[in-house]
Amino acid sequence: MIAALLSADLPYWAVSLLRVLGGLVAVLLPAGTVVYLFLFKMLSFMQSRLGPMEAGPYGSMQLFAEVGKWLQKEDIVPASAQPEARIFKMAPLIVLASTFLLVVVVPFGPDAWFTNFETGIFYALAVSSVSVLGILIAGWSSANKYSLLGGLRAAGQLVAYELPMVLAVIGVVIQAGTMNLQEIVVAQNAGSMFGWDGLGNPYVLTQFVAFLIFMISVQAELSQTPFDMPIAESELVSGYMTEYSGFRFLIFFIGEFATAGVFAMIASVLFLGGWGVPFSWFGWTTIDSIDNWMNVAGPLVLFAKMMALVFFIMWIRFSSPRLREDQLQRFAWKVLIPISLVNIMLTAVLKVAF
Amino acid sequence: MAKPKVPGMFKGLGVTFATLLATAKNGADTVQYPHEKETPPIRARGVIALHEDNCTSCMLCARSCPDWCIYIEGHKELAPPRRAGGAPRKVNKLDRFDIDYALCMYCGICVEVCPFDALFWSPEYEYSEPRIADLLHDKAKLGEWMQTVPEAPELEAGAEKKGKK
Amino acid sequence: MTMLGDRQQLAYIAAQAADARVNVELETEGMTLNIGPQHPATHGTLRIIARLDGEQVVWAEPSAGYMHRGYEKLTEVRTFPQVTALVNRIDWLGSFANEVPFILAAEKLMGVEAPSRAQHIRTILFELSRIANVSLFLGDLGVQLGAITPVFFAFRDREYVLNLIEAATGGRFHPNFDRIGGLKDDLPAGFVEETRVVMKKLRTFCDQIEDLLFGNEIFQSRTRGIGVIPKDVALQYGLSGANLRASGVDWDLRRDQDIPMAWNKTEFKVITHPDGDSFARCWVRLQEVRESTKIVDQLLDTIPAGPVMAKVPKIIKVPEGEAWVSTENPLGEMGYYVVSQGDQGPFRVKIRSASFNNISIVPWLLKGVYVPDIITILASLYFILGDIDR
Repeated sequence: MIAALLSADLPYWAVSLLRVLGGLVAVLLPAGTVVYLFLFKMLSFMQSRLGPMEAGPYGSMQLFAEVGKWLQKEDIVPASAQPEARIFKMAPLIVLASTFLLVVVVPFGPDAWFTNFETGIFYALAVSSVSVLGILIAGWSSANKYSLLGGLRAAGQLVAYELPMVLAVIGVVIQAGTMNLQEIVVAQNAGSMFGWDGLGNPYVLTQFVAFLIFMISVQAELSQTPFDMPIAESELVSGYMTEYSGFRFLIFFIGEFATAGVFAMIASVLFLGGWGVPFSWFGWTTIDSIDNWMNVAGPLVLFAKMMALVFFIMWIRFSSPRLREDQLQRFAWKVLIPISLVNIMLTAVLKVAF
Repeated sequence: MAKPKVPGMFKGLGVTFATLLATAKNGADTVQYPHEKETPPIRARGVIALHEDNCTSCMLCARSCPDWCIYIEGHKELAPPRRAGGAPRKVNKLDRFDIDYALCMYCGICVEVCPFDALFWSPEYEYSEPRIADLLHDKAKLGEWMQTVPEAPELEAGAEKKGKK
Repeated sequence: MTMLGDRQQLAYIAAQAADARVNVELETEGMTLNIGPQHPATHGTLRIIARLDGEQVVWAEPSAGYMHRGYEKLTEVRTFPQVTALVNRIDWLGSFANEVPFILAAEKLMGVEAPSRAQHIRTILFELSRIANVSLFLGDLGVQLGAITPVFFAFRDREYVLNLIEAATGGRFHPNFDRIGGLKDDLPAGFVEETRVVMKKLRTFCDQIEDLLFGNEIFQSRTRGIGVIPKDVALQYGLSGANLRASGVDWDLRRDQDIPMAWNKTEFKVITHPDGDSFARCWVRLQEVRESTKIVDQLLDTIPAGPVMAKVPKIIKVPEGEAWVSTENPLGEMGYYVVSQGDQGPFRVKIRSASFNNISIVPWLLKGVYVPDIITILASLYFILGDIDR
């Protein structure tokens, strides 16, 4: 159905409109699910309480109540931030924009994608750092010392973690021989391990080190505990978000969890086989021989894999304290980057050897 | 042989996950307040009840209150004599007995100093008001709390039984 | 030496000023960060003025007094029973422990001693309030360091202890249960059984916190070697309680002094740690909760029968004199110096609260640390604002 829609001869504006709608769904739906399932429920259960129970059955409408609450609140610009009020107001939008830019390259099915171009993963890594700009702008334009510290920490941290993330991805790129995310998915599901193709060849097995480094970097990129120094409620009073209220805080909030969802999608595309199931199960061989229903099932498969990864991200978030900024930098530069370089070398050698 | 050392981080993850499972299985440790309520202990200091007939407006409670939140007014009245032909008795009639729960710090000194057993603690706690002025309970309202006053609890083994309340 | 003319002097000053300007231009500008009075890490309204160079603290000073309630003055116009209700509110997490030294001081002046049953029950409640207080610290520590789960565990298990205190005294936070000469009332039936169960739960809680927080490598890297207080410095600044014991000083008023309480009838270890860093302070407190549960268990077995109130007049007049009694409270040494002139109320009361002395070391300790470490150090010193500002 999606394929029919996408391949039908629609006018350009209709296709664009559909893509925008699809992008909204692809960003907001995971964000909402993540917030409800993990932030509200899993967190509460881990602390032996029930979480929101009043709005809707088992509190499932709580998120809408929260959004309503935030929308009602006044959009305050602090007096000392007035001269740069426009920039101050723009910052959350930049953060959210990076999430939307990120989701466009994620493939959801054999034909269900927003764009499909050769350097997909390269593009994804590039636009993921756009959010740093927004955070830095937010921290600076708030004219608040805590926000400034938070913004600067965020910049330092996100830059430090960009590198291990890129290096971890290079291992996958070498193994798949392509930067196209769609082809990486196909290569994993059509591949085989030592001649056995029952599971395909998800790179989480062959590139396990890269997977770990990637997930640690994602944790830092999302500034989730143990790497939440930019936010750090107990020391910086929410860092760069301190001065934001109402709608703009909501955008930061959505951005945080939507980015968690999108990064988990990218991680599952890179390491867990993305939307695909092992092709040998249904006797497919190439991307063209895949049945059309996969365009509907694919997003669900991807969603399930994403949820599993977000579970780990959130689980670690809820049960560990926070590192210090300099310890984090040391960890990134002295541990993660050397390991990922060794990983790249090994992958290259093995790739040539086999 | 020593057990292989589990890194502390994973132990922590184990604790949270075990709690997750325990909560899913046994339910949470929290109480869903408006739907279910905990019963406070018998001795809980919830609200002060006034047994008006016992009060002689002697002002001891008002004077011993550390933040002076008890307001008492009274006047003397002539009551009919006990025996026929006797002189009429002078009794203290209570006009006003207010406790301002916005000020009260629930120390219980007034209940303790009352020599005529006119004040009692009740564990009732649901009397919050939207307006702070409504927290001033007058003697009618304080009298209503009398119905909620429980019997004093049994004492632990080895205690000496005391004669009074 | 020739006298400099005004003009020369001015030129000299101008030259100096120009030099200073160049220096200032080359230097990075420092930043003054006000941590508090409203800040999540100060458990109340403590203000820490920190001069920062980047994220490093150059100079820091705590500024107390935002919540000063004037208890020492208030006591002068109140009677002894009223003061008991007031001093509950000094360290609001371990309220019962605040009453005890005051009551002991008044008893000392009057020359009465509580019956041994009352002493036992006092000690039990004292230790329960220590457990309630310090277990919340253990959870709060997690929050300060960014782990959100421990605090919910702490609130959950502290609730059991508070329920016990409420069942016995009627007040969850402010028991006001001590009287000169004994206790207001005896324990309600079933208290002993329930306390045993709760003590087991608290030992499980300690294990959980140890697994969740203390064993965590991140926690250790955040606390080990941070805010080291050497033994002699700790003594010079007058630290007390777990902060002092974490610096390796074996000093515990429960064991070291002879006051009419039941600690000398129990066996317990005084926990010390040689390191003196933040981890040591937290660790000592965790172990002390364990020890306290053991003390309570021992005391529950040996409660003697008898009255809980000595013979004292109904209207208490304390004879003329002065007395100082201090005890090992959850936060450290807390003492009252009571001066009486034979009235119903004290003439003057000097309150020595532990937190005030414990944070006096903060300016010394915060020099050169990073901003996140300020929070670690403040959390590990463990103060309660009511205890600082009385």
